[in-house]
Amino acid sequence: MTPNPAPPLLHATGITMRFGGLTAVRAVDLTVHPDEILGLIGPNGAGKTTLFNCLTGLYTPDEGTITYAGKPLPTRPHLVTRIGIARTFQNIRLFPNMTVLENVLVGRHTRTHEGLLSALLRTPAHHRAEHTSRQHATELLEFTGLTRKSDHLARNLPYGEQRKLEIARALASEPGLLLLDEPTAGMNPQETRATEHLVHAIRARGTAVLVIEHDMRFIFNLCDRVAVLVQGQKLTEGTPTTVQADPRVIAAYLGTPEEDPR
Amino acid sequence: MTHAQTQPATPVIPLPPRAAHLTTLTGATLTLATTFLAWTWTTTFPGNLTINGYPGGLQTITLTGATLTLLYATTALAPPRLQRLLAPAGTTPPTLLLALGTFAATWYTLAAITLDLGGLVNLEPGGYAAGAASLLTLTGALALPNTAPTTTETTRRTPWQRLRHSLTPGPPPPPPRTLPTWAETLTIAAAFALGLLLLTYGIDTDYGELFTGYLILTATGLAALHRAGLTTRLNHLTTKHRTTTLTAAFTAAACFPLTQTNDTYTNLATSILVFATVALGLNVVVGLAGLLDLGYVAFLGVGAYTAALVSGSPESALHARFPFWAAVLTGIAASLLFGILIGAPTLRLRGDYLAIVTLGFGEIFRITMTNLNGKTGPDITNGAMGIPNIPELNILGFNFGTTHHLLGIPIGRFGNYYLLMLLATLTVVLVFRRATDSRTGRAWIAIREDETAATAMGINAFRLKLLAFALGAALAGLAGTIHAHVITTATPDQYQFAGTVPPNSAFLLAAVILGGMGTITGPLLGAALLYLIPSKLDFMQDYQLLLFGLALILLMRFRPEGLVVDRRKQLEFHEPETPTAKAPTP
Repeated sequence: MTPNPAPPLLHATGITMRFGGLTAVRAVDLTVHPDEILGLIGPNGAGKTTLFNCLTGLYTPDEGTITYAGKPLPTRPHLVTRIGIARTFQNIRLFPNMTVLENVLVGRHTRTHEGLLSALLRTPAHHRAEHTSRQHATELLEFTGLTRKSDHLARNLPYGEQRKLEIARALASEPGLLLLDEPTAGMNPQETRATEHLVHAIRARGTAVLVIEHDMRFIFNLCDRVAVLVQGQKLTEGTPTTVQADPRVIAAYLGTPEEDPR
Repeated sequence: MTHAQTQPATPVIPLPPRAAHLTTLTGATLTLATTFLAWTWTTTFPGNLTINGYPGGLQTITLTGATLTLLYATTALAPPRLQRLLAPAGTTPPTLLLALGTFAATWYTLAAITLDLGGLVNLEPGGYAAGAASLLTLTGALALPNTAPTTTETTRRTPWQRLRHSLTPGPPPPPPRTLPTWAETLTIAAAFALGLLLLTYGIDTDYGELFTGYLILTATGLAALHRAGLTTRLNHLTTKHRTTTLTAAFTAAACFPLTQTNDTYTNLATSILVFATVALGLNVVVGLAGLLDLGYVAFLGVGAYTAALVSGSPESALHARFPFWAAVLTGIAASLLFGILIGAPTLRLRGDYLAIVTLGFGEIFRITMTNLNGKTGPDITNGAMGIPNIPELNILGFNFGTTHHLLGIPIGRFGNYYLLMLLATLTVVLVFRRATDSRTGRAWIAIREDETAATAMGINAFRLKLLAFALGAALAGLAGTIHAHVITTATPDQYQFAGTVPPNSAFLLAAVILGGMGTITGPLLGAALLYLIPSKLDFMQDYQLLLFGLALILLMRFRPEGLVVDRRKQLEFHEPETPTAKAPTP
């Protein structure tokens, strides 16, 4: 695949993150282009989630710079969401005792601005904003196929739908870049395929996606490019075919052919 | 399973269904009749239970209980249409509960007579007859066939498990036919009128024994209505017509002073209203945003002290007299400011740490007020003596201190303040309801549920927590300004963490948790109960904190979601049960 000519959406250079004596992420460069699906793979403990947390403002990296759409990344998570990066979590973190619709409405928080006073006085602005938010949320529930569950409590959804809801909630903030942390963990093959379709549809809406995953088949089917992280360092980066063929990747991640004969 | 379906489970007492019905009916009728007999020979026992043919005092409790038991026992034999109307979820559980309540209330009365007057000799034959009749009713009710679907296990369980099975309501009733709006509105109005009647009776009870009997029958009676499936129906209506419900509730509450002939119990009701309002304000902080604030009463104190300072009291250091609206605004503003001052440094902490720090700040407020006495600090608050002689409110020439007449009914000093306080309560209820159902309210709940995820959704958690804290403080400040005028004095001792008389932070928190966090009715009900019980039962007054502790332990064991259930909490604590709300949450 030819390199994307458009300026990068997310550009991270030399990211290093240390926890005491442990360097979880070491001098990693990462670039996400608009309308791209980038996969991030690596064995357990490679530093994928740490890198994610750096990109979403949860951690401030010790070294390195991150820019989003040409501007430096804010250091507080809620501001990162505001400029257009939304995320899901590896272990689902929904608001369990809110309904499905309410969960998505919370995702609208950064895109609405009516304050407490307008809510207390029930001003026309409040009604307008609520109406638009609900419309938007309903549309997203339709997009993820959760319309029928909109009044259920998030905690009562089956696992696969909780994952979908987390994505719908993240999309509600109208992100330019969506970070998915192991979106198919614990899913059966059908659900994994459905997620694959969903991610493609998200890209078709104009949102770039950065996805962490263990499921190789999923990643290689889905992504335009794949970056490989091993022991906190980026091993290689490229199209799925080149990465799949890279002997270092096979050695470090997929195991050597002797161990896993096909 | 199929085998179990065909064989009905044994009730606690094995009797043929026909005999059980007959026993219950006979028992209830006899109990009803015995309330017209004399139960004791002397009028020393309060309520005068000595007259034949005229039930008095505790006998009316038994009378009401027996009548209701009779009603439900008859309903079981009535045509299905009537059954669906009165007991959509089955008649056995409500009958059994009512029989249990009547039995408990009657035997409590007999025990109270025996103990108060010193010996069984004080019981008249009528009393023995009432005891026997209520026992007969209970026996019959315990033998009534089960409503709940039976399984194999239920047939050979222990008596206790069989009792619990008898109390289990049947499958959820089919959705009721939609009535015309006027009929639904009328139902809501009737429900609240009944509620007012019940509450008024409780507040007006003038001796402890009657209140205990009232409490026994009310608790079992409400449980019976719930098991009958009626509260679910009402709940359905109140969520459908929220504005009508609010109007009905406040009209009913506003009617209370009209039912009173003197100010004794209006005073009690005003106090309940003040503490209920403050508890609801605390619910914004604890129930919505999930911030455990143990020093909340300080904000009530700030409001009260501010009002006292600008009230024109001769002991006030300011010697200023603000009009009421200005005093309220000043009180709210001062509380708000104090809330932000305390919140800004502390809200960066989470959970237990926040609780400890707020506890500390609450005490700092009290100690500061004690020390601003002219000796250990500047003379502002008159120290431990407080600011006494706060003058009566006077709004547009309406003097709150004097008796006014409405429709020929005198409304005294406390009646005036009661109505003013009711307006404040209405404000707080509206604020709570509107805040919950908004972008801000959703953000608060999101923070309570998972702060990290909320932050990742773009919510500035610190700012919103501060907003919740400040709003809670402002609402307490509002209540505080009125409270100062009601009790005409502001002293530091009123505003501590735990004390023998409310308000104190422990009381408010207990009210919120007992009533049900995150709901509107919950804290109102919790505060009413926690205030009413110790003030009616003299022996409870010294053990108020013990009562809180006991109530909370029992609650955590049997009903962790609180008396009134947030529909969310209900699902949280009782996952496998059917997702129906257990009590009305308008």
